[in-house]
Formats: sequence, structure tokens, C-alpha cells
Amino acid sequence: MIRTANDDQRIVITGVGLTSPNGNSLSEYREALLAGRSGVGDYEIRYVGKTLAGQCDFDELRYQKRKEVRRGTRAGGVAIFCAREAVADSGVDWDATDRERVGVYIGVTEHGNVETENEINEIKAFDYDTKVWSHHHNPRTVANNPAGEISLNMGITGPHYTLGAACAAGNAGLIQGLQMLTLGECDLAIAGGVSESIHTFGIFAGFASQGALAEHDDPALASRPFDRDRNGIVVSEGGCLYTLERLPVARRRGAKVYGEIVGYAMNSDASDFVLPNPDQQSRCIELALQRARLNAEDIDIVSTHATATSSGDIQECEALRRVFGGSDRTMINNTKSFIGHAMGAAGSLELAGNLPSFEDGVCHPTINVDNLDPECDLPGLVLNEAREQPIQYILNNSFGMLGINSVLIVAKP
Amino acid sequence: MTPPEIREEILDILESIAPDEDLTDLKDEVSFREQLELDSMDFLDIVMELRKRHRVQVPEDDYVNLASMQSTVTYLEPLMKDVQKV
Repeated sequence: MIRTANDDQRIVITGVGLTSPNGNSLSEYREALLAGRSGVGDYEIRYVGKTLAGQCDFDELRYQKRKEVRRGTRAGGVAIFCAREAVADSGVDWDATDRERVGVYIGVTEHGNVETENEINEIKAFDYDTKVWSHHHNPRTVANNPAGEISLNMGITGPHYTLGAACAAGNAGLIQGLQMLTLGECDLAIAGGVSESIHTFGIFAGFASQGALAEHDDPALASRPFDRDRNGIVVSEGGCLYTLERLPVARRRGAKVYGEIVGYAMNSDASDFVLPNPDQQSRCIELALQRARLNAEDIDIVSTHATATSSGDIQECEALRRVFGGSDRTMINNTKSFIGHAMGAAGSLELAGNLPSFEDGVCHPTINVDNLDPECDLPGLVLNEAREQPIQYILNNSFGMLGINSVLIVAKP
Repeated sequence: MTPPEIREEILDILESIAPDEDLTDLKDEVSFREQLELDSMDFLDIVMELRKRHRVQVPEDDYVNLASMQSTVTYLEPLMKDVQKV
């Protein structure tokens, strides 16, 4: 159980830093979601050629020198931007913060593919002579790289690591941060997920070979979860990191609280490398509800994982039908329809897209649904137009390959 | 390459690996480290760029010769005398 009367075990979100294909701050991002503005555009990458992607345009030099950008990775740059923005947003007195008591927990879908592909491309020009293989390769490709770049940039001497959790990684990072706070391993957690995946051709080529890479003449219409004419994933980059604190600490310093994480769960399908399993997805949702001591009808918004693949969307809808089929008040939306699939950042970015609904009472819609797939027809779907309703609880789904499932429940503060 | 051409080439390499630095007043006889924020990975970048651009191999025992612009040009002069400036 994580729903507890012990305030020291109650973990709240006090800061948000993000970069998304349609915004570089929570306010920009939310405004784009409510205005129906997509972040998907034309893109080209070696070997694959022309395709589509969600690209971010945050200012890399706001928190890094040019040399640091050159030496590090794109994931590291995204992570630093988001971490710095989150800490600034939290209002924490950073100069007075004991950096040994700060923990950095960053979810990633994959890491190292970008640099490895770049190096192979580089040595190709030298007839594959490995003597020109960069000495930067290993520090760039170690799995902790994005979290480590945050610790170097911000002088954080507490624990830092990444969590490899496929596309469930954003939630996994948050769950890890929460757990470390409740264990007393840190006093401030910087947690969430990041992705540099649009810079590896392999992810595009892999999805294309799988028949799961989106194509559309109009990039803004390419990511269309639940629509009958969906044809796959739009790969995106991005990041979203939060500052998490224990409730009494946040209260003491008068922090703005965005929400309280009152339930979470992670489990495994144990059934297939890529095909999702509604039995275990629904089980994961039920576990999170149990831990939050909530019923399905208490949830106001379900932020779905649906990626616009033919089978994945149907499987998730089946899982949701089992849990929320009897709930009249639960609204169901999807943020990927705007920004594509931000991979390791997806879970945390999609939660951020919905967090402001605690204040504005608006559930952003799923866009690009012109012909709802009958197999995705759930009563609570919010399609194409936002819906207003007081919001008390958000449930955030994030699932990934190899059958990894994660669910987070956040309560209005 | 002549010594001035080698110097120009080293400056070009430094501009790429230390893009935040102002190199206009670089003193040739003073060590790079006294004037610039360079660490061991940056010196490896100099070695790597010489290898990639000109196939010049600098053995590890000779890295000490890359301490300043003056010592670098002196060290590279015989190794790069047959390298054509492009």
C-alpha cells in the first residue's frame, strides 16, 4: 500500500521541467494540447531517408556550454534542460540544497544506439579502422549517461542512474524516485524520463520492418491512436522530469504542489516480445487502484499509452474496458496523438500533459480520430474536443516491449 | 605543411574541440592548459583529429609534446612535412 496517513511517506510533485515537440515548458505544452497543435513534422535520417518525427527545439545552450553539448549526448542535453527547469520551477533554494541528498532517476527506452551508429558511420569513411573510433564512445553510451550528465552539470553527489524500462520508462523513473524518497535515500528526487531515439535510424527501420511506422502526407495527422486508419508509431524525442519531495518538506517551504502520487504499479506480461497482453495490463491498473485505495469510478482521467499500432491500441482498450467499463465519470485521452511516441519520455510527458487539469478542470482530447475503430470504442473516450469536468484523480498508463507495464495514479493536491 | 600551416590546422582543431574559447590571443609558448579549459579527453581529441584528418599517428609517449602550440608545431613539423594543405 502506498496510500498512507503517514505524511512522511506521502510523495508530491513540486516542479516540472520538460521539452516536447510542441512546447518547452509546461505552460507552452498545455496550451498546445488545448489548442490541438501537433508537434509532428517531416524528418530525415541516414539510411531510412524521409520519414516523420517529433523534434524538440529547446535551447541547448541555456544550461550547457557548447563544449559540454559536443562532449555529451542528446539524451544528456535533454535531461539537463529538463532537470534544471524542474528545479527552477520547484522554487527549491538550490544553492542551499545538500546535493548529496538529491537523487536522479531517469527512465530510458534505450541508450547508446545513437552514438554507436554515429561511430560506425564515422569509421566507415576509414575502411572500418577502429583506431578512429572515438574515446568519447564509452562515456556517451554507458547506460547511466543521461542521469550522469545531470549530476555533472548540477553538482549532484547523491545517487544517479537510469532505468531501462522500454516505453514504460517515464513512469518507472517516477516510481523509483518515489520509492527512494520513502526509503529515506534522498530528500529531493529528480525523476521522469528522456528520449533521444529520433537520432537512431535503427528505431525507425525496426518499426518499419515491423509494419509499425506511421506514414501520412500531413505530419500533423500521422499519429492517430484509436482511429481506424492509424498505421503506426511516430517516433519523437523529448523529456520530462519532476522534482519529488515528501509532503511535509514541501509544505514547510510553501512549495506549489502539482499533485500527490497516491498509487503505482509495475508488472510483466510474460507472454510476448512485442504484443501487449490485456490480462496483465488490466492487472497492473487494478494493482495501482488497490494501492491507492480507489475504485475505477474514482478516476477522472485515464491517460492512455496507445501508440497507434493496429493491435496495441485494441489490447489497451480491452484492458481499460475490463477495469473502467462500468465507470461513467472516467474520461480517457491520449497525448501521443499530438506529440507522437516520445519513448522513454512518453509516460512522464503524457502525465505532464494532463497535470494542469487539476487546476483548469479540462481533459485534453485525443486528436486525429476521424473514424473511431469499433474495437477501440470505449464510452469515456474524449475525442477531438476537450471536455470540462472537475478532476480529482489522473491515472497514467505506460507500457513497453518485452511486456513491461507501469501505472501511476496522481491526486489533486 | 609548413609550420604556419600546421599552426593554422591546430587552431582549427582547437576551435572544434573547445568551441567556447577565444583563441585570438593564444600565446604559442605558454601551455594550452594554462590558457584554455582542456582536459585529458580534449588532448585525445587533438590526437584523434590529427589521425582522422592527416593519418598522423602520435604515440602515447609523445603526448607531452602537445603541451603548447610551439611544442606541438615543432613536434609535428617532421611528421607533417609531406602533408598537403587542403
